[in-house]
Amino acid sequence: MTDEFEPNILAFCCNWCSYAAADLAGIGRMQMPTNVKVIRVMCSGRVKPEFVIKALSEGIDGVLVLGCHIGECHYTTGNHRTKKRFEVLSRLLGHMGIDPRRLRLDWASASEGDRFTEIITEFTDTIKELGPNNLADYYGRKAARVS
Amino acid sequence: MVEPKEPKIGVYICECGLNIAATVDCEKVAKLAESLPNVVVSKFYKYTCSEPGQAMIKEDIKELGLNRVVVASCSPRMHEPTFRNAVKEAGMNPACFEMANIREHCSWIHKDKEKGTKKAFELVKMAVAKAALLVPLEAQEASVTPKALVVGGGISGVQAALDIARRGFQVYLVERNPTLGGNAARLGKWFPLQQCADTCLGSCSYCILVPDLRDCYNDPNIEVFTNSEIEEVEGYVGNFKIKIRKKPTYVDKKRCVACNLCTEVCPVSVPNEFNLGMDERKAIYIPFMEAVPKTYTIDEENCIHFSSGECVENPKCKEVCVWGAVDFEQEEEMEEVEVGAIVLATGHEIFDPSTKEELNHQHPRVITTPEFERLSCIVGPTKGSLDIDGKTPEKVVFIQCVGSREKEGNAYCSRVCCMVTAKEAHTVRQRLPDAKVVVYHSDVRTFGKGQEEFFMKVKDEGVEYRRREKDGDIRVEEKGDKVVIKCEGHPDEEADLVVLAVGMIPREDAIDMSRVMNVSRSGDGFFLEAHPKLRPIDTFTDGIFLAGSCQGPKDIPDSLAQASGAAARACGIISKEKLLLGENVAFVDQDLCIGCEACLESCQFSAISLLDKDGKMVAYVNEALCKGCGTCIASCKSGAIQQRGYNDEQLLKMISALAEGDSG
Repeated sequence: MTDEFEPNILAFCCNWCSYAAADLAGIGRMQMPTNVKVIRVMCSGRVKPEFVIKALSEGIDGVLVLGCHIGECHYTTGNHRTKKRFEVLSRLLGHMGIDPRRLRLDWASASEGDRFTEIITEFTDTIKELGPNNLADYYGRKAARVS
Repeated sequence: MVEPKEPKIGVYICECGLNIAATVDCEKVAKLAESLPNVVVSKFYKYTCSEPGQAMIKEDIKELGLNRVVVASCSPRMHEPTFRNAVKEAGMNPACFEMANIREHCSWIHKDKEKGTKKAFELVKMAVAKAALLVPLEAQEASVTPKALVVGGGISGVQAALDIARRGFQVYLVERNPTLGGNAARLGKWFPLQQCADTCLGSCSYCILVPDLRDCYNDPNIEVFTNSEIEEVEGYVGNFKIKIRKKPTYVDKKRCVACNLCTEVCPVSVPNEFNLGMDERKAIYIPFMEAVPKTYTIDEENCIHFSSGECVENPKCKEVCVWGAVDFEQEEEMEEVEVGAIVLATGHEIFDPSTKEELNHQHPRVITTPEFERLSCIVGPTKGSLDIDGKTPEKVVFIQCVGSREKEGNAYCSRVCCMVTAKEAHTVRQRLPDAKVVVYHSDVRTFGKGQEEFFMKVKDEGVEYRRREKDGDIRVEEKGDKVVIKCEGHPDEEADLVVLAVGMIPREDAIDMSRVMNVSRSGDGFFLEAHPKLRPIDTFTDGIFLAGSCQGPKDIPDSLAQASGAAARACGIISKEKLLLGENVAFVDQDLCIGCEACLESCQFSAISLLDKDGKMVAYVNEALCKGCGTCIASCKSGAIQQRGYNDEQLLKMISALAEGDSG
């Protein structure tokens, strides 16, 4: 491996839109950085703000939450809640000493493989610029692992 | 729920030929996975989804006693059902199966094999971490009431009711008006007209529609509630409880023989809504001659008996009715019925052009297309005469796109007005061969089967089509005893009769109905289908289906096609003895629940309610209503509510596994 910083990034994707967009990017062989790993949930509304805090405090360098576009939620309004929650969380992160840019909320419909690729690429670049998330060192990377 | 046993995980890394193996060193990933906690066996294979691949997994489950299986291959949207089925056949609970997507999400989108292999292992590691915490789930079953409710007795509702009844199921049909038939009953001829002799001046509604209405009313499997409304809907797919409000008609349907004696003596005259106010009816009335049921109704608002307590007429309707059918004592009743599925066929309303002052609709020479239908109907208020003020029109002008395709207002195309205009222009041609007929259009959209042919025929008959800009200025002004049409880009045109081709709009009470039924509406105000392309009949509420123009403007063939589709969908539910409910539903730890109602607010499907448990109010999830989105879980303040298959512990474990990186 090169010495270049390779961030470790987590993405939550909803089953109906953004996960399907990720699949579509795959089917279209759209190339993107390898840094982002996806956890599938049924709706972006399932993503607890605690998940993001947990990820960042254990040293994950960035978290993406991707849902359906507003108005296209499979469950009608699940993503409205996601939006509200993450607007608040984003502000809180700053108070916790975490750069809010390490969290990004975005939307990709099932037909937007290209948009998904764009988001992944952009976000990876952002996190590379921000450098490693040192919060885990602050809490003790090992301690986090043991718990 | 069965207590989870000590996890014994089998991991299978699929090469998918070269699809995965080209970018991921599957052997290496399998080797690394061996050292992950709880992993008993880890293998890689050329095509895991193939018969031999599946056989390998099944054999391991039996031989090694695996109780969790992780397959790293394509997207779960592709082969999750295949593998779930395979592990089930080997006796494992399918909920204990987990997938890592290393094809669409890894090998196909990366070229660097070293990095790809690293990422694939991380994905496998996360899946294994979750798999260890998976628990066996049993899909819940719910019983089904083998009956259906159809709301709306227009042409779509009647079709849906007949379809369901003819499959042998009991149907309740609820119509708010005194007669079945809806908007279609007001139509004269139906387009395209090929099936009728051009010489026939009769109203096709009577030939085509009324027999269906009678069949519906007389079908032993259909119970028709006219003059009735839906008051309340409770329950869920398979088990709805409906409260129907039966408004009094003050005439005993069973005794009334429709002899008309009551109407003859009634002293009250009010505008007749069936003929769009073009003539009058009495306070005791039948909406139209062939109404179904053929019985009279007393209009409480206008009847003197109700407004001043005593009717002055002698004799009174009650007295002349030798059958004793008039009954002022009739009271509103509530009836409760249970059904397994619901078809919404509540129809549309007609755009009111009076909001467009420039079109001068209040002028007696300016009418709408539905008014033309009544005017041209052989049993309508003028017995089919198109004369205005006793004079036969020499020039008839149609203006299209009134209330449709607007810059501000209704952006949508109403889809029927072009053909309605062509049909009515054709009628004018037939009845008044010497009249000049002009149509101002802004694109003619005759897209349906046989429609373009009909349009060409009407043009050939000498109907003059003039194109105008959609948003261009057009106005109708009074000029002596005529009107003049001033259209941008065209010379002024005098006319004796102007017909405005008005669009379809959502019913004013659609918003109330959407609340009662818990269905959504689209931006245009019509009911929203679950998917614009793939699920055009379903709503987001399982067991409730849409038919006809309540979902959007439609002509009769399209409405009937959708009605039959909705009926088939409804039968798909009520023909089952049991319904299998979703697996990934939410559930509440009632000891932890503090009854704060945050989850109730977040649930779009009204699946959560508060229940008294030993004096404490706690949340309860109705699994039949829960769609498994998990939004409630993220809103829970006490961690009491969880989702099967996606609980916090499982997801947090995946996060930690990723945070550790690719170390074992």
